[in-house]
Amino acid sequence: MNVINFVNAFFGDSAHWHGYDGIPTRVWEHVQYSLEALALAAAIGLPIGLTTGHYGRGGNVLSLVATAGRALPTFGLLVVTTIVLGFGMLPVMIPLVVLAVPPILVTTYEAVRSVDPSPVDAARGMGMGEAGILLRVELPVALPLIFGGLRSAAIQIVSTATIAAYVSLGGLGRYIVDGLYQHDYEKVVGGATLVAGMALATLAVFWAAAKVTVSPGVRRSN
Amino acid sequence: MNRFFDIPSDLQHDWFGLIGLHLREALLPVLGGLLLALPLAQLCVRLRWLYPPVLWVTTVLYAIPSLAFFVVLIDYTGQTELTVMIPLTIYSLVVLVPAIVDGVRSVPQETLAAATAMGFGPVRRYLQVQLPIAVPAIIAGLRVATVSSISLVSVGMLIGNQGALGNLLHDAQIYNRPELAWNSVITSAALAVLADALLVVVRILLTPWMPSAARGGKSRTAGVRPDPAVPALEDAAR
Repeated sequence: MNVINFVNAFFGDSAHWHGYDGIPTRVWEHVQYSLEALALAAAIGLPIGLTTGHYGRGGNVLSLVATAGRALPTFGLLVVTTIVLGFGMLPVMIPLVVLAVPPILVTTYEAVRSVDPSPVDAARGMGMGEAGILLRVELPVALPLIFGGLRSAAIQIVSTATIAAYVSLGGLGRYIVDGLYQHDYEKVVGGATLVAGMALATLAVFWAAAKVTVSPGVRRSN
Repeated sequence: MNRFFDIPSDLQHDWFGLIGLHLREALLPVLGGLLLALPLAQLCVRLRWLYPPVLWVTTVLYAIPSLAFFVVLIDYTGQTELTVMIPLTIYSLVVLVPAIVDGVRSVPQETLAAATAMGFGPVRRYLQVQLPIAVPAIIAGLRVATVSSISLVSVGMLIGNQGALGNLLHDAQIYNRPELAWNSVITSAALAVLADALLVVVRILLTPWMPSAARGGKSRTAGVRPDPAVPALEDAAR
């Protein structure tokens, strides 16, 4: 098992734990980019998805958006924005957000739209306003699916932020891209391990968040 | 713009050659994924306890970024096309297994009972009843797998120009020719949209029994759970 040896060598070398190219710095950079992009994408996708889902309109437009978002080659978009806007944070953030919005938007729409209408009718009968119905009835019921959408978006962002090292972003992708150019396979594999770990940690965070916030009643009925 | 299709000679292919290469690197994995997913899904339908762990493993595998997959494989398969195609096969498998399992499971019990009463054996019942009814779900999975596979091939550029159309992205930078990057993005997106449309046509041809307005005027009906494949399939959008 060659790869295991490389991984051990990478993590065993204390030089990899300090400085601007050290593991803590790179992990923190990666987390920071991912959170920023996810927050931006959620700020765009969630409100639109919730309202369109509540009124049940615009499904066709949204499925077009979803297909378009999927068809756009992530990596290509990244290179194009960098060529057009130059190096920096903005050209990386644009593709990250553009690619994360469709899964959030579409799953949120789908989740709210497919909420069982009888509790919604009951809420309306009790005199709840539209906003109240959306936020206090539909949102809690739709939450597990909405988390699914946010999770896919987050995973997409984490893996794209890795590739973004090619256009000079920091983060964990640096190890892979630099390692490939320097023919330092130990660094490459170490970076890959960290990236995979980051992706798994993302899964775990969403799993935990869903466990904490989804109401036990909703969980039981699923 | 007149140099849009003028592909640098270091890529050893013209534009159509790159498209062919791209389609091969993207579609062979989907085909392989489908061939692996069909028996695996059937196993999951037969042995109920097997499905949750399989789902768990596939979710985890899907979360691993493609670049990490590629570079770990370099040690075994070198900087070759195969290194790009193996992870794409795994991703396709991951999308297709839940799609097929949900599709096959959605066949109503009465339909199965009717088939049995008509004297269908298990194999014939699977091939002539369960599989055709599961076609919409399977095609939905295939669409996601195909489109994301086409968009992911480009990342192969990072491991020694194994990214077909993605290789144009590198050339765009080293030769300072932005139009090549545009070419790469536009061509690859167009291929994805075309493949997607083609699969929709295949679905319509294979399922003449489906109401044609199935997608349009869907109204809110009581107790209808959203397609269980939705969150799983949305994972593929990366």
